Amino acid sequence: MLCQECKERQATLHFTKIINGEKTEIHICDVCAKEKGEHIPGSKSFSIHQLLSGLLDFDQTVSPVHSTGHTPSREALSCPSCSMTYEKFAKVGRFGCAECYKAFQSKLDPIFKRIHSGNVVHGGKVPKRIGQDLHLHKEIEKLKQELKVLIAKEEFEQAAELRDRIRSLEKSLAEKKEG
Amino acid sequence: MSLQQFISQAISPWMKKEGPNSDIVLSSRVRLARNIQNVPFPMLAATEELSALSDKINTHYSRQSHHRFGTIELLKTEDMKQNEKRVLVEKHLISPALSDESRAGAVLLSEDESLSVMINEEDHIRIQCLLSGFQLTEALKLANEVDDWLEDKLDFAFDEKRGYLTSCPTNVGTGLRASVMMHLPALVITRQMNRILPAVNQLGLVVRGIYGEGSEAQGNLFQISNQITLGKTEEDIVQDLQSVVLQLIQQERAARKTLMEQSRIQMEDRVYRSYGVLAYSRTMESKEATKRLSDVRLGIDMGIIKDVSANILNELMILIQPGFLQQYAGEVLSPEQRDHRRAMLIRDRLHLETKKNN
Ligand SMILES: [Zn+2]
Ligand SMILES: [Zn+2]
Repeated sequence: MLCQECKERQATLHFTKIINGEKTEIHICDVCAKEKGEHIPGSKSFSIHQLLSGLLDFDQTVSPVHSTGHTPSREALSCPSCSMTYEKFAKVGRFGCAECYKAFQSKLDPIFKRIHSGNVVHGGKVPKRIGQDLHLHKEIEKLKQELKVLIAKEEFEQAAELRDRIRSLEKSLAEKKEG
Repeated sequence: MSLQQFISQAISPWMKKEGPNSDIVLSSRVRLARNIQNVPFPMLAATEELSALSDKINTHYSRQSHHRFGTIELLKTEDMKQNEKRVLVEKHLISPALSDESRAGAVLLSEDESLSVMINEEDHIRIQCLLSGFQLTEALKLANEVDDWLEDKLDFAFDEKRGYLTSCPTNVGTGLRASVMMHLPALVITRQMNRILPAVNQLGLVVRGIYGEGSEAQGNLFQISNQITLGKTEEDIVQDLQSVVLQLIQQERAARKTLMEQSRIQMEDRVYRSYGVLAYSRTMESKEATKRLSDVRLGIDMGIIKDVSANILNELMILIQPGFLQQYAGEVLSPEQRDHRRAMLIRDRLHLETKKNN
């Protein structure tokens, strides 16, 4: 697909922008993305953020058809920890701190869906020390899946070993909660 | 300093080790973005908070020995001269943003420069592992080890649902950016890149020319990386990239073979013309240099040129950049002076090869 700005180069960035309920598909090449990014002062190396801001800055108010007369007010969301407002986040395309993720929680799923091909929940690594409990939970889940497979394949000897491991992990998790 | 000495100091030790598939894949890189709990991201944090973080990392991790990377040292950007920072950028060890805009910026560097941990860039911490050739899984393994090593003393901002929390929503989750630098001249010559690029894009991967300068890849070098960081495991992300890279390697090899079978004379002519230009020019812009170097490297890989070492492209791509030219010259150079110096450096470098082989 060709870039809609220059109509010369291949578009490498694709996203959907929704303004007042109207959906617009944007297809743009790296060069044009960079040029657009350079219009924001002080952000010369972060062209991606300008594109992102186009992506984030969609108005989620109800469409006129469903509106009941009163003008829908835009929620004034802001982060209690760093004072970043949702509006500013939408403009600069960056969070101010880790707490912003909680503060803007209600608006993030659709954004992540667009950026990460429909994904909204982390599926990767869990930090060893901080996420120890989490880690155990995940490990137990994983082993339970493996156990199912082993049972289906009628490999009972291995399944028994795995079952014992799951039990001991569950035990250590329970002990930690008590301690 | 002799050119030979300069090269051996300028080229990161990791680059000198030849990696798998290095006729097509120049380097593999894995980056992990991390932030510290209860400290605002660098964009909003107070300078004192950022300095405190940098000091803490200095205390716990500088001059420490890591079992895979040897001694690791912390360098603060405020202690570096402008051109020293530029040279680190040209070696891909720090980003332009860390060099120019960061407050309390620093980098933890391993001796062989295959590990660099940027501090107070867009995120508090960015772990980067660079390896030569096609070694993505190895790079991921190393980055993970460094991540664990750092996590021992640092509390990372992590959320069960969203994963590692990053400043930019495009990095959240794994914080992982895996990328591979590929030399794909035969796919460009045979005009197959135009067909391949959109397909690669559709698989959720991004293709960039080096430094992202324009869509025309300089020197037929392409950086391919993952776009999605949320919802998949690190291993799956790397695996997806890996399989696309493997296909590109196969297609590039096939295209090279076809070119040699069907247009050997034209290929030889192209390669030797470029070699001649590199060996005799008196002034050369970087754009032409990278194009000619790409031809010569292709000539080496296709067996047309036999007495020039294969890593000449990787080496000269680094050496002909403004920071290095000025470092070698020992003075600030105007663009015209750089073009002149660049031509000279390339001639000298090729001369070194002939001397070595006679
Ligand atoms: Zn364009
Ligand atoms: Zn915040």
